[in-house]
Amino acid sequence: MTGLDLSTESLRDVNAALQAAESGEFVITHPQGAHALACGLNDSIEVKIEGPVGYYCAGMNQLATVLVDGNAGTGLAENIMSGSVTITGNAGQSAAATGHGGLVVIQGNASARCGISMKGVDIVVGGNVGHMSAFMAQAGNLVVLGDAGDDLGDSIYEARLFVRGSVASLGADCIEKEIRPEHLEFLTTCLTEAGMNADVSDFRRYGSARTLYNFQPDDVDAASASNERSDG
Amino acid sequence: MSNDWHLQKSHTFSPEVMAEIQRAANTGVYSIRGFGAKRQLPNFDDLVFLGASMSRYPLEGYRESCGTDVVLGARNASEPIHLDIPVTIAGMSFGSLSANAKEALGRGASAVGTSTTTGDGGMTDEERSHSTKLVYQYLPSRYGMNPDDLRRADAIEVVVGQGAKPGGGGMLMGQKIDARVASMRTLPEGVDQRSACRHPDWTGPDDLEIKIIELREITGWRKPIYVKIGAARPYYDTALAVKAGADVVVVDGMQGGTAATQDVFIEHVGIPTLAAVPEAVRALKELGMHRTVQLIVAGGIRSGADVAKALALGADAVSIGTAALVAIGDNDPALDEEYRALGSAAGYWDQYQAGNDPAGITTQDPVLASRLDPELAGRRLANYLKVLTLEAQTLARACGKSHVHNLEPQDLAALTVEAAAMAGVPLAGTTWIPGKDETDRESD
Repeated sequence: MTGLDLSTESLRDVNAALQAAESGEFVITHPQGAHALACGLNDSIEVKIEGPVGYYCAGMNQLATVLVDGNAGTGLAENIMSGSVTITGNAGQSAAATGHGGLVVIQGNASARCGISMKGVDIVVGGNVGHMSAFMAQAGNLVVLGDAGDDLGDSIYEARLFVRGSVASLGADCIEKEIRPEHLEFLTTCLTEAGMNADVSDFRRYGSARTLYNFQPDDVDAASASNERSDG
Repeated sequence: MSNDWHLQKSHTFSPEVMAEIQRAANTGVYSIRGFGAKRQLPNFDDLVFLGASMSRYPLEGYRESCGTDVVLGARNASEPIHLDIPVTIAGMSFGSLSANAKEALGRGASAVGTSTTTGDGGMTDEERSHSTKLVYQYLPSRYGMNPDDLRRADAIEVVVGQGAKPGGGGMLMGQKIDARVASMRTLPEGVDQRSACRHPDWTGPDDLEIKIIELREITGWRKPIYVKIGAARPYYDTALAVKAGADVVVVDGMQGGTAATQDVFIEHVGIPTLAAVPEAVRALKELGMHRTVQLIVAGGIRSGADVAKALALGADAVSIGTAALVAIGDNDPALDEEYRALGSAAGYWDQYQAGNDPAGITTQDPVLASRLDPELAGRRLANYLKVLTLEAQTLARACGKSHVHNLEPQDLAALTVEAAAMAGVPLAGTTWIPGKDETDRESD
């Protein structure tokens, strides 16, 4: 176990030590809301952060397991590739934004845009998520044990959204979908991995209606091609 | 014999305007195309160099030394980029362009010691291996974004906007989303992809400042970080980009090209490159950051004259996109018959979104793409970049400068009142700069 104290060491030194490590356990004390803490980790290390963190904590995480004992600011685990990031408190906006893989667990609530443009990450939120969550979500799973705010899944592609509580409103092209056995199986596995306890039969599933995937031009005049502009 | 001299053409409802009304009525979908603004705009042609005379001492036009190198990103990065020429290749994605086209751009740029840039679709191994200096774009969509590519890039360009569509996101039509492109972007094959127009995890310059710190922490403070803006409010946007920590600001005027955007966006949003440069330079000077934070200007750069004029107005380098495509074979007259079969003609082709490019450049069709020989196309680009550089040197020497960066606004005059006002240089043959009084000019 290696201790790193942000009250005496610089952010650069702490991040450099974590990024250089190939294995081991690290405890970071006195984070005091530092931004960009534990970002760019790229190996199978375990990091515990004792206290609140600022923006982009554990950004672009690869392989590492990060635990934040506290709250996190904007962009927690943004663009996570693999590994896992867990926080015991609440997360600010855009948690796990654009995440490509791995697991993000928020034991409290997540603010607006949770899972925005997600690309394969699994996100489990113990509480509620704010408005515009899973906006343009491309792949992966967002599991919400509480409620979802307005415009959930606006302009969504192929990500799957599971909400146990209420949904204030669905965004453009997002619809409720049937829960099939494979979804219940996934929820059981995912919740276990996230250390959460919930009855999977309480969840509803949402996803893309796929009506905005392609332009649907009219064809009033079948000969319209001959009227194309001459400059191409 | 009949003639149509009695027919009266409407300037309001020109044939082009009527054709668009008819097209819209037939389809119910707005016009989407590639290329940049086609309308007539004030541009660098409206400026001339004054050349040396009694009060200036010229350098010999070919042999005397005239430096062209530029260092980008030394403000904060421990590994700034050194370019041999002040002309770079703008961001264009694999997906919008074929792999062969991307390779050609890399080969051509590398041959003359300059950089090329990824686009809205991630970095491919091919372009990394063929580009000695590669700028990795950090876009709102974050398609293919990953820390490994971030670390193997030579610089990072945070794209806030582009000249063809300030305020708009990218577009790639379904016909170009083949299996490889879809996989790189985590999208279903064949979907009409519309990229996000705003970043997912920061809003405004205060957030961007923290985002830039994160990117620096992930890359060990080694890589220069550019911020690219579409020219709309260049004075404020440049100042805010500097405040956010940019090492380099890229200002892209409305003539800048695109792979696919609504025609109405291309032609009606943003301001011309000529108008944007002096405003960006003013912001840098007022902050005391001119030449400390480098300025790259893009949008309709075509010739060494354009390069030299942009530098004279205060840019450190320029970036080319459309011109580079033309150099590697876009709109080739030899393909005129094929362009005509598609309802266009050589010199007019702008259907980059369609995926059926006879030149094999803006396509993912393997048969069409194989038409472009990346080695030959790369040589063409290298030759073109050499000519741009030679022309810029020629003009600089004529003004008595031993480095192209020594060109200055005092070397220029404007041919139109509009250009004089936008560029902030006198109307030719006068001392008049619209919007400036004599006192302002003396303090410049």
